[in-house]
This record gives sequence, structure tokens and C-alpha cells, in this order.
Amino acid sequence: MPSVTLTVNGKSHTVDIEARTLLVELLREKLSLTGTHVGCDTSQCGACVVHVDGVSVKSCAMLALQAEGTDVLTIEGLAAADGTLHPMQEAFREHHALQCGFCTPGMVMSAIDMVMAHPEGMTEEDIRHNLEGNLCRCTGYHNIVKAIAAAWPVMHGKELVAAE
Amino acid sequence: MNAIFEGIGASVRRKEDLRFISGRGNFVDDINRPGQTHAIIKRSDRPHAKLISIDTAVAKAAPGVIAVFIAADMEKDALGGIPCGWQIHNKDGSPMAEPPHPILASGKVRHVGDPIAVVIAETRQQAKDAAELLDIVFEDLPPVATVRDAVRPGAALVHDGVTGNTCFDWHIGDKDLVDAAFARATKVVKLDLTNNRLVPNAMEPRAAIGEFDPMSDDYTLYTTSQNPHVIRLLMGAFVLHLPEHKLRVVAPDVGGGFGSKIYHYAEEAIVTWSAGKLKRPVKWTCDRTEAFMSDAHGRDHDSTAEMALDAAGNFLALRVRTLCNMGAYLSTFAPAVPTYLYATLLAGVYKTPAVYAEVHAVFTNTVPVDAYRGAGRPEATFLLERLMDVIAHDTGHDRVALRRQNFIPADAFPYQTPVALNYDSGDYQTTLTKALEYAKWDEFPARRAAAAAKGKLRGIGISTYVEACGIAPSKLVGQLGARAGLYEVANVRVHPTGSVTVFTGTHSHGQGHETTFAQLVSDQLGIPISQIDIVHGDTNKIPFGMGTYGSRSLAVGGSAMVKAMDKIITKGKKIAAHLMEASVEDIEFKDGKFSVAGTDKAKTLAEIALTAYVPHNYPIEELEPGLDETAFYDPKNFTYPGGCHVCEVEIDADTGVTTVVGFTAVDDVGRVINPMIVEGQVQGGVAQGIGQALFENAVYDDQAQLVSASFMDYTMPRADSIPNILVGTETTLCTHNPLGVKGCGEVGAIGSPPAVINAVVDALRDFGVRHIDMPASPQKIWSIIQAGRPQMAAE
Repeated sequence: MPSVTLTVNGKSHTVDIEARTLLVELLREKLSLTGTHVGCDTSQCGACVVHVDGVSVKSCAMLALQAEGTDVLTIEGLAAADGTLHPMQEAFREHHALQCGFCTPGMVMSAIDMVMAHPEGMTEEDIRHNLEGNLCRCTGYHNIVKAIAAAWPVMHGKELVAAE
Repeated sequence: MNAIFEGIGASVRRKEDLRFISGRGNFVDDINRPGQTHAIIKRSDRPHAKLISIDTAVAKAAPGVIAVFIAADMEKDALGGIPCGWQIHNKDGSPMAEPPHPILASGKVRHVGDPIAVVIAETRQQAKDAAELLDIVFEDLPPVATVRDAVRPGAALVHDGVTGNTCFDWHIGDKDLVDAAFARATKVVKLDLTNNRLVPNAMEPRAAIGEFDPMSDDYTLYTTSQNPHVIRLLMGAFVLHLPEHKLRVVAPDVGGGFGSKIYHYAEEAIVTWSAGKLKRPVKWTCDRTEAFMSDAHGRDHDSTAEMALDAAGNFLALRVRTLCNMGAYLSTFAPAVPTYLYATLLAGVYKTPAVYAEVHAVFTNTVPVDAYRGAGRPEATFLLERLMDVIAHDTGHDRVALRRQNFIPADAFPYQTPVALNYDSGDYQTTLTKALEYAKWDEFPARRAAAAAKGKLRGIGISTYVEACGIAPSKLVGQLGARAGLYEVANVRVHPTGSVTVFTGTHSHGQGHETTFAQLVSDQLGIPISQIDIVHGDTNKIPFGMGTYGSRSLAVGGSAMVKAMDKIITKGKKIAAHLMEASVEDIEFKDGKFSVAGTDKAKTLAEIALTAYVPHNYPIEELEPGLDETAFYDPKNFTYPGGCHVCEVEIDADTGVTTVVGFTAVDDVGRVINPMIVEGQVQGGVAQGIGQALFENAVYDDQAQLVSASFMDYTMPRADSIPNILVGTETTLCTHNPLGVKGCGEVGAIGSPPAVINAVVDALRDFGVRHIDMPASPQKIWSIIQAGRPQMAAE
């Protein structure tokens, strides 16, 4: 059985796995990090989004072996050690951007990547377009979009001026 | 008094959010039990076929496989079939056809996705691999794909002995009165329409873990359910024949339901029974494609509606014929949806004096159909509100004025409709006025002209609706065929130092009960919400309640809480009177304090609670110790939310793509406890309604193969296909429950679809369009535009 060595939420792991194991299966079943969810089998819903080396990835569409040597961040590793929430987590709570909470981890991870990738600013349309890979059945997206727009200035330390 | 106002009416941030935003939710698939095995369900890829043989030998010998079970194994244990919870009677008084619904297919498969076998192995992958090794021989039978196919003469029979595939042929209303009104009508407007079949698609796929404890003979089922006690009753009493004290059902965090997680599903029985057989926990988690072919679908109606009018445009009578799809088997509440949750709503918000509806329900070789968000009321609303615009189109009436003229006036409540329901309150003129104002209806022509200048077709549409929820009075639903009571229960436990735990029979799977109910308790008992916990979802903890669906949790479950808290306060007053040496009549309870009227003597709830649990100085002769009360509440009537939705769209004439550019919902949901949560519920419901109107469609081909069985094929609304949704509330109070609440969970999905289609039809008004069925896909609209262009050019 092959093994994979990777860092997850700052902690190094070496795990023996079947070669066909997906990254999301490694996280959920081997490392008990069940915050990352599986909502579909066609890489459409985005409930499984994590960061691999700082970039958002659908962890159902990546073999665990492909994550060899990478630095993975999941929803469980987002808050500071003292429990202080990431600004995006805070914004989701403040703006009622979640209802059942199932899509939320993937939404939050995607949203963070999206905001970091757009230091020039984002319009509402940009945010909606960048959320295309994440499905939510509860909120109608309205409050998710609001939360992301609210987290942008906190994460960039400046006012959000809509990009043209 | 609380430092921060967090009682009724405050947009308190949700208590449940921290665990979800931190990845610490506890969904069924997150749970793993010691010694757990994994189940994969082998499903039929045929819509309709005889099962000639199932050879399990190779699969059983595959690596890691522990067991393979088929129907014959369950038959040895004399297990029951999946029961139906509602019985409808035909026009002639005979009961509906209720064919057997085996846990695993027996003799025949009846839809793509019908479970045939369960393979249980040490790992999920091993079970998956072994399931491929099952050798199943089928003999294909002609399939019945649609409701029209089902009633065709000579159609194949889904169930032997169910003539004409008819489940029931039911009616409601006064046919003679309606016929007489049609005979004297000046004008009759007729509309044929379908209500498209939908897949609920909660983001969390269903999952179940069965567990058996050989020391106690106790079974536990962890399941993605909206109503754990209902599952315990149905599965224990009717399927597995387990006494309820030996069966615990846990529905922990559940990732959305929208109706699809109400029902008792075969997989719950499979994992529970298998766990008993194997003496090891058995876990099953649904794939998304598997969910498409095993979760109950919604809607799927084919209807004809006719309105009789007088010369002035007053409605005289409505006649409706509906053909509806039950799928291959009867799901738990399927028969109630197109009857008592649909046809009883056909009076709508209008004073139409006579209504007659016939509903013919048929079996087809498709996934069972049951309640999906709104359940029957969206179908009624779509029919009526499309009919309104078609009447306006055919008669030249203004669509707003036509509605206003026929509204049940605000001073007519309580209002008895001709189709059984008695509306307690509402004000449809006001919700319409507000919605038009918020949507800037009067300025629409300018926006249409501006869009036209950009080459876009802009349209606006409205929908005015009423629905019936807060289900429901037990005696009434019993008369209508329910095999259950629909009361709710709450146990309010005041702890010795004054904090409170409430055990509720309702279930939260996104609705935010942990917050809303805590606000309700905070309001009544005068303690901060941080001192209040709401517990739901575990039959070993909560009393026997009926769960969450039909927007019932606050109206029925909240009312049970109020009753229980009234008992707490009544008992507290007696204790307070004893402690403060006053008469009970002089004790007042306000803001968490029991005080003696006209004095400054007072005791806090915490002091009273401590006295109740440490009863040293206590009226022990007259009063039991403790401060822990349970109340059951059976509603006196349905509740009747109503309102008006306005949708504005722009259509790209070159591509046929519709963009929703504005949506305004003004709803009367009764008293609002948490406006933030209500707004979120409405927005989510509206998004599902826009989804139904423009994108979503469960498609079976003519061979009854499910073509749309993944998120690649079934168009879910995404962030860039839904606009911002402006939500307003206008309140009339429910008159028959203690809180005056009506319910907000379904209004969005009920009111919105016709508003969207009315807007699309309005945008295409120059193309001679009278009606478009849902979903109004780009292809459909593009074809209309193409066909209409020569006509436009000619004019």
C-alpha cells in the first residue's frame, strides 16, 4: 500500500492509503477532519473545497497521492489557535450566510481564495461569478454574497472599491 | 431585563453557526461507530423488469465482503413493507390502491434506482467493488414513463392488479354548483399546464447508520431525517417489528431537507436490520447520482384549469382536472400532497364562490413523488396565478386590477372557502400594494424601454398567493386520511440554577430553531438566550413529537413551548407565593422575576428553580418538587400565510437566456420572531422557486430512464443565476395560536414560480405567447422568439 506525507492544518501526517483514495477521503476518513463535506460525485457542488498550497481545490477531484508534500488547509484549521475566527467565518455568521451549514465549509474556503485572488476589488457580479463552483440549496446566495463583500475589506485592510 | 434585546422581533445572530463555520457540525456521514461496516445498495438500472435471478456467490466471495442480502433474506424474517402514512378515498368512497412497497425489490423492479440488494463489506470501496459482481438477470417489461403514458389504454401495469395504474381518482368541491355557474358564465378561460418534476437536492446526501447492542438488544439508527420519532414509529412498528423502547432514532445535524427527508426510506430499514443480523454497525451514505434516483421527487402535475367569469370580470367558478404522478411506489405522505395540500388551496386569495377539482393519481416507472418545499401549494399557486394572467390576456383586464377585484377582502375573515379550508386572517390588498411599491411597478415601462434600447426584452410579473401550513389539527387530518396525529410537544426543563433546556419534537435542518426557539423562551421566561439550549433530533431525549415540515415548527412546536412555559410560570407563582408569604393571585411574573404586586418583594426564576429542586422551604403537601413541564399542542386550524411576489426579467433575444433582474417578496407570515432568519428563509425559498421556473427539471426519456441524474444534467440555481431578493413582511396575526405566528419556511417556493413565468410571458408579449410551461429554458424561449420574429417583422 502506498503512503502519502503531507501537512494538514500545520500538522505533518504520513498515511498508508489505497492508491485510489481521494484527498477528501483521506481528510474525512483517515484524519477525521469531517468538516470538509461531500455533496456530489461530479465535482459540481464545492462542499469539499480545501486549500492546497494556498489555492482552493475540490478535494473530491484530487487523489490523496497527488497531495504529497503539500500544505493543506481545511475549515478546521482556519481559526487562530486561541479560537479567533477568520474574518470570512465571522462574516458568514454576521450576515446569516448559512442555514443548514452543509455547504458552508466549502463556501468559506472558496470565498477566502476568491477574495485573496482579487486584491484589486470585486463587484457583486464578480463574487457571484466566482461562486459558480459552489452550490447552496438553502440561502439563495443573497447573504453569502453579502458576507464575502463584507469580509473583503477586513482581509485586505482597506475599503472595498468595486473593480471595473 | 436582558442587557441586549434578544426576544421576539430581534435579528439575533444564530447560536448554531459557530459549529458549522468551524467545521464542527455533526452530520450522519461524519459519525463513525466502532466496528463499523459499509453498505452499498445495488439498484436497478432498468425502469421496469422482472427479476429472474440474482446470483450473489461471486460478490460474497469478494475481498472484505461480510454479507449480501436480497429480498428473500428479509422475507425469511417476515419484515413488513414500507408503509404509506396517508390514505385517500376515491370518488366512490373506496380506498386508494396501495400496492406493496418492499424494502428490496421482490419479483420485479419498478423504477431506475429501485434497490435490489445490499452488499456489506469492511470498507466502502470493497462493498462498491463487490456490488459490481452481482449477477442479476432481468426480463424487461414495457415501461410507463409519464402520467400520460400511465392512463393510455393498454398501458403496461406498474403493479399487477392496479387497474389503469390508478392510485386514486378523487375530487373535492360542489360539481353541480360549478357546472351551473359555467352554464351562466359570459366568458370561460381555459388553460392547460404542467408543473414540472423536481429533485429536492438538499446539499447533504442521505445517510444512515444502523447499530445493535447485543447486551441490551437495543437498536440505534442514525439517519438524515426531519422527524426521528416518525421514523421510529414507522420503521419499528410496521417494517422491522421492533418495540419502540428498543429502538432509538437519532437525526443529528441534517444538511437541508425541503421535504425529502421526511419519509421513511428503505435504506433506514436495511442498515438497522442488517446491523442486527451482523452484530456490527452498518453505515450507508448516498452518492449524489444515487440520490437523484432514490430521494422522493416533487411536483409532476398535468392540469387543465377553467375559470367562469361574468361580464364584469368577477370569478363565478373554477374547474380543475389534475393528473398527478405518484411514481412507482407510495412514499410516506405522497397521497396527501396532490389532494389536501393542493386542491384545498384552489380558492387561493380569491372569493370564487364555487370550486370543483378532480385529481387522478397514477403509478409510473419513476422514483416515488412526495412533498417538496411547499408540497401541493406551489402547484395550486402556479395554476391559479398563471390562470390570472391568462384571463387578463384573454379578456383585456389589467392583471393587477383583475386580482384586486376578486380578492377576499380584509374584513371577510374568518373566510370559509368552497374547498374546505377556513382562512383565519390575511390582507391581500395590502401585501400587493406594498410589493408593487417596493418593486417600483409603476416605473416599469421606463425600464422596459431602456432594456429594449439595449436589445433586451424586459418583463414583469406578479403572483398573489395564500398557503396552508402549520400542519395540522389531528382530528381533521385523521378524517382526511392521515394515519398520524399532527400535534407537537415540548418539554421545558428549568435547571436548579435557572438555565433552561427545551426538548422539542420538531427538528432543525437549516431553519435556525436553536436560535428562534431560544428567543421565544427568552421572551417568555426573561433569561438570556445564552442560558437556553434547544435539544432536538434524538428519540431517547425528546418526547414523541412529529418533526419539521409544512412550516409547522413555530406555529405548532412553538405553541407547545408556550403552553409548557405557562405551566412553569403557574407553578413558579405558587412557589413564589409560599416563599414571599403572599397569595398566589398577587404574584406577577415579568422579565424573569416573580414579584408581589404593589411591593418590591421579588424572586428570580433561578431562585424559584433552586427552591423547587431543594425543597426545604416548600409547599410540599400541595406541590411536587422540580420545575420541569411538558405540553402537547394540537393546532385548531391550519395557518394561512399569504402575500405577493414580483419578478422582473430580461431576456436576451439572440440566445433566449432569461436573467432575473429583480425579485420582491412581501409576505404575511404572522408574527416574526427573528426577522433575519425569516428573510433568509424567504430568500432560499424564492431561489428554489426561480430554480423551478427557469432551470430545474427531472427528465425521464420515453423508456423511463432518468436522464437528469447528476448536477451536470440537472440545473441547480447557482450564485450567478439568482438576483438579490428584496423581502418585506406585512403582518396579520394568526388568530388561533398563542403566538399569532403563521410560518415562513415555504412561502418563498410557493409564491415565486408563477411570478417568474408571468414576467417571462410579459417580456414576450409581442410574440403572441399566452403560456409557457416550466422550466422556461433558453431553448424554449429562443424557439418562441424565432417563431415570432416574422410576425413582428410583418407588423
